[in-house]
Amino acid sequence: MPDPIADALTARFGDAIQNVVEFRGETTIHVRPDAIAEVCAFLRDDPSAAYDFMSDISAADAWPDQPRFQVNYHLYSMAHNRRLRLKVIVREGQPVPSVSGVWPSANWFEREVFDLMGVPFENHPDLRRILLPDDYLGHPLRRDAPLVVEEVQFTHNFDDVDARKPYAKE
Amino acid sequence: MSSTVAPPRSMSVTFDELKGLVSDRALSGETMLLNMGPQHPATHGVLRLLLELDGERVVSSVPDIGYLHTGIEKTCEDKTYTKVIPLTDRLDYLSPMSNNLGYVMAVEKLMDVEVPLRAQYIRVILCELARIASHLVWLGTHAIDLAAMSMLLYCFREREIVFDIFEMVSGQRMMVSYFRVGGLWRDVPDGFEDAVRQFLALFPARLDEYEALLRNNPLWLSRTKGIGVISAQDAVAWGVTGPSLRGSGVNWDIRKAQPYSAYDRFEFNVPLGEHGDVYDRYWCRMQEFRESMRIIEQALKKLPKGPHITPDRKVAPPPKEELAWSMESLIHHFKLWTEGFTPPPGEVYVSVESPRGEFGCYLNSDGSPKPRRVHFRTPSFANLQALPRMAKGGLVADLVAVIGSIDIVLGDIDR
Repeated sequence: MPDPIADALTARFGDAIQNVVEFRGETTIHVRPDAIAEVCAFLRDDPSAAYDFMSDISAADAWPDQPRFQVNYHLYSMAHNRRLRLKVIVREGQPVPSVSGVWPSANWFEREVFDLMGVPFENHPDLRRILLPDDYLGHPLRRDAPLVVEEVQFTHNFDDVDARKPYAKE
Repeated sequence: MSSTVAPPRSMSVTFDELKGLVSDRALSGETMLLNMGPQHPATHGVLRLLLELDGERVVSSVPDIGYLHTGIEKTCEDKTYTKVIPLTDRLDYLSPMSNNLGYVMAVEKLMDVEVPLRAQYIRVILCELARIASHLVWLGTHAIDLAAMSMLLYCFREREIVFDIFEMVSGQRMMVSYFRVGGLWRDVPDGFEDAVRQFLALFPARLDEYEALLRNNPLWLSRTKGIGVISAQDAVAWGVTGPSLRGSGVNWDIRKAQPYSAYDRFEFNVPLGEHGDVYDRYWCRMQEFRESMRIIEQALKKLPKGPHITPDRKVAPPPKEELAWSMESLIHHFKLWTEGFTPPPGEVYVSVESPRGEFGCYLNSDGSPKPRRVHFRTPSFANLQALPRMAKGGLVADLVAVIGSIDIVLGDIDR
């Protein structure tokens, strides 16, 4: 059974609610990127939704399909004991409005998505890398980022590979 | 091959970078900035905190994490669904059973697999044993941080008994990887039930000993009562889960709210605190020991007979002896160990109540034998985020108590 809140959202936000998907008893609501912060504020404050707990934000990469990034918000309502997933699909480099103003806990989750997947968030109070060092280049969780960065050295190419290694200079 | 490492630069933090993190008083030198960690015994791993201090008072604290980042989520994308299970052990390395459970349940939901009741019961018993073992490490390290030295030795003594049981069922003491999609790796050996019963007979008296050491200890009380307070409202807003949330009086335990793996068949209470301070979080976990024992006792008493893993050969391998006479079994065996099974395209999110709180697993499948995306919502990550709020205005010495009371595991945070 789809989450009853889907109809209320469509009535309130119109075409900002792009799709409602049911899979294995989980409801996923696709939201237009620019509307996500308002939709989240509505879901938190409306008593029939009352999604007061933000469980998780993560992103998946559909590369080579475009637009490639899906940012998933997993919400939980303590009052109604219900879960809901919001999904926002964005192009590379397209910013997503931050929901850290709605749930403060979103702060680190959004930083993690920014760090590992490279999705920027607008109006985020502290958008820095969180797990990787500040001088790291690239975003390793992207599907086009290699799983193994370092070339494997065998006896026949040991010196060749060694010469290409990024050792600290000086 | 292009390099993803930038040329090295100076590691010192610039003035501008500090500006957003600490108050202006720190920049003018009125308050002191102090690094705590990453190598510090009270940060329970490699956690670095940038503290801004006004005398002994903590003005603000900025956690810096990632020292233990191992890219587990990325590695998962290159493994078949079964081969991800050992990686989940290494997230929260103090309760591998709960991580195993969260992950295999997500795959089971994705594939719509039914788990035999016996496997569900054994999963419950082992997860509750893992909760006890994990809480024992928390209690020992938390107490030693607050100078109650002997607790650690006692706690680790009892933890060994739990590990002996884990070794008995899985062959491993810590990194168990015992659960499989659809059930268990194998049935529990003879002697498992007796070993658990022996532990249940022994442990309550030991628990009384711990409480005798701490409950009325004036030093312990003065170090924990009224320290690191977080209100129920703040705790929910900051995503705190598990005993750290329940210490603030919020009645949310996933085992009760959305029962999984036959938890609805057992009777147990969810201990709740009132004040949201270090003592209430301590008290909640101490009560959880006893509730876990109640659950294990009921599960042992009602432990059903039957298969330990689903009979669905598209998910679970056939018994080895069948390969000798059944061509079909041989094919299934070969397919499972070379290619793996293929769930339908789709995505699921499953969460379980790990000893630290909500352990969630998000799976995104594109219909291939390897997951397209695995994300672990780990409880310590969200709980640590609330630390600056709990520590604000307290003493530096109390910060140690607060870190101990939210029971972080850095492997769980950094993944």
